[in-house]
Amino acid sequence: MSERLTMAGAINAGLRAAMERDDKVLLMGEDIGALGGVFRVTDGLHKDFGEARVMDTPLAESGIVGTAIGMAMRGYRSVIEIQFDGFIFPAYDQITTQLAKMHYRSQGQITLPIVIRVPFAGGIGAVEHHSESPEALFAHTAGLRIVSPATPQDAYDLIQQSIACPDPVMFFEPKARYWVKGDVDTERVRAQLDAADGEAAATAEMASARVAREGSDVTVVAYGPTVRLALQAAEVAATEGTDVEVIDLRSLSPMDSDTVVRSAKRTGRVVVVHEAPTAFGSGAELSARVTEEAFFHLHAPVLRVGGFHTPYPGATFEHDYLPSLDRVLDAVDRVMRH
Amino acid sequence: MDATGPLSSDGLVQLLDHQGNAVGDDVYSPYAAHLTPDDLRAFWRDMTVLRSWDLEATSLQRQGELGLWVQSLGQEAAQIGSGHALREPDFVFPSYREHGVAMTRDVDLVEILRIFRGLQHGAWNPQDHGFHLYSLVIGTHALHATGYAMAMDRDGLVASGHPERDGATVCYFGDGATSQGDVSEAMVFASVHQAPVVFFVQNNQFAISEPATRQSRVPIADRGKGFGIPSVRVDGNDVIACHAVTQWALQHARSGNGPVLIEAFTYRMGAHTTSDDPTRYRSKAQETYWAERDPIARLDAHLTQRGELSDEFRALVTAEAKALGQRTRESVRGWERPATTTMFDHVYALPHATVDADRAWFERYERSFADVEAAG
Repeated sequence: MSERLTMAGAINAGLRAAMERDDKVLLMGEDIGALGGVFRVTDGLHKDFGEARVMDTPLAESGIVGTAIGMAMRGYRSVIEIQFDGFIFPAYDQITTQLAKMHYRSQGQITLPIVIRVPFAGGIGAVEHHSESPEALFAHTAGLRIVSPATPQDAYDLIQQSIACPDPVMFFEPKARYWVKGDVDTERVRAQLDAADGEAAATAEMASARVAREGSDVTVVAYGPTVRLALQAAEVAATEGTDVEVIDLRSLSPMDSDTVVRSAKRTGRVVVVHEAPTAFGSGAELSARVTEEAFFHLHAPVLRVGGFHTPYPGATFEHDYLPSLDRVLDAVDRVMRH
Repeated sequence: MDATGPLSSDGLVQLLDHQGNAVGDDVYSPYAAHLTPDDLRAFWRDMTVLRSWDLEATSLQRQGELGLWVQSLGQEAAQIGSGHALREPDFVFPSYREHGVAMTRDVDLVEILRIFRGLQHGAWNPQDHGFHLYSLVIGTHALHATGYAMAMDRDGLVASGHPERDGATVCYFGDGATSQGDVSEAMVFASVHQAPVVFFVQNNQFAISEPATRQSRVPIADRGKGFGIPSVRVDGNDVIACHAVTQWALQHARSGNGPVLIEAFTYRMGAHTTSDDPTRYRSKAQETYWAERDPIARLDAHLTQRGELSDEFRALVTAEAKALGQRTRESVRGWERPATTTMFDHVYALPHATVDADRAWFERYERSFADVEAAG
């Protein structure tokens, strides 16, 4: 069955499906109840599932993650909404020292199947702390899985796969893409999760990149908010005779660099695009891996297009701060000329 | 001593005075009324064996067998008294000094030393003992205890109509931890959800070198008022009072009346850890003052006055402590180092490509030396 949904609607539908599937699934967050979240992603769920399963919490992010850990020790699967990217840092300690490490330090005796949803990235003209891309800070921590959907279909599938996964998952939602519509097949992931090895199959698929557009000259790698930009760049480049392959990573931890390396070995040229600052970022990791594994196939250095080593600027400047079509095309030109 | 705020002895519940004489308390004496001479001897036995083992572990650290040791010296009454108020399905969230509570939850004390020998980060199955792993990041576990308690409530283990089936969590932390945001957040969550959690603060007067006056201007129990959490201060070196107060708190929480904050006023007789040097920040006079208020000596005096502590029983406990010491030494020295590749185990519950790749690389690297040796 296929439905036309926005990304916000697809996440909402995915949450609903997960809550219907397993009554241990709970939603926790600030203003997610009667209001339906500041982005309305949990719209209607409080009404249908009640306060016990859609919990408006005190305004304490560390408290939300920490209590979810305690609840997970009794079998509950909390899906936490962090209201905005820049508000996650009070929970950074619980996420990195506790949530990420509990399975390891208990020798596998404690699993914490918690999902942390983070509306992230910019482009919506917001005030300070409402447009950040902190994903690399978490990808650096062993024990967490990090995913980010770029389409309503992936949002629908990945949220349910994340909830089914026995490991903690950070789910980064590109907020500027919430209202873009797409066709969503609601049957496939259901069948996957119904199967005997559903959790493992879902977790494996969640970790895989997607070739969003095939091409032969340059590989442009993106995830979350920049996938559409990469596809637009590919269309423009095509008019100039450059055939761009676009890879949507979908997952940063683990990062499916094998798919990128295979592509790089064909194209010999790689550009990676994300909104987060390039310094010490996901693109740097990808660049290192491609260099290690496809060095003799490369015709040009791997180039990164992303945010600068500044705090996220006032909204007036954000379109100069964020990767733009021109900056992506500029990078494509540079690797082609090299 | 003339002290104020968190270092004052104002309002402490006491059922044994410093000389070991029984003291009556209208509210809390009934919560100790069930204790028989056998129970009190069991407390004395646990405290005595615990201290002996604690000193053994310190020796092992000094001999280089442990990387670090964290003594519970001086806090035996707070830990053994409260620990014995617990039952199924209560669940404990300890910090890292609660060896005495571990003992009451049937955790093998020897196994705890695996952590301090650097073999692994956790050394028991929390579910088997109703006793979570030690938490080394100060105060983080107060939230876990609260979440677990909220889940117990959901699971029908609170005010179920069958009091013997009801449960609560007990979270142990120190005076230093009360300054952590997580502890305040835990009290907010516990209070608004009326979660069955007992926050058991061992105010041992020091957070490494910082006195409790650096954490608070008021007795720590007073913090509870602002959260709407009933609170009590208890003499933490009085094992009977610690037991009674914890009994009361657990009954309160298990019955659906919400969280409780207990401040057990005690003294860390030893160093913070074997890496610490208390002579740099506290006086000999203060240590002497507290040595005269030793929790084991107090119960010993109480039992001895009443003729409840025979030489025969003392000898049995001494032998038990000695045997535990010997088993501890032999076990610690006998533990084999697990294969190095076990450090890659359990990072995730399901395969993760980055960990798998790192493990594969490391295995190839290790094998490369074997090849060289074979060729050599």
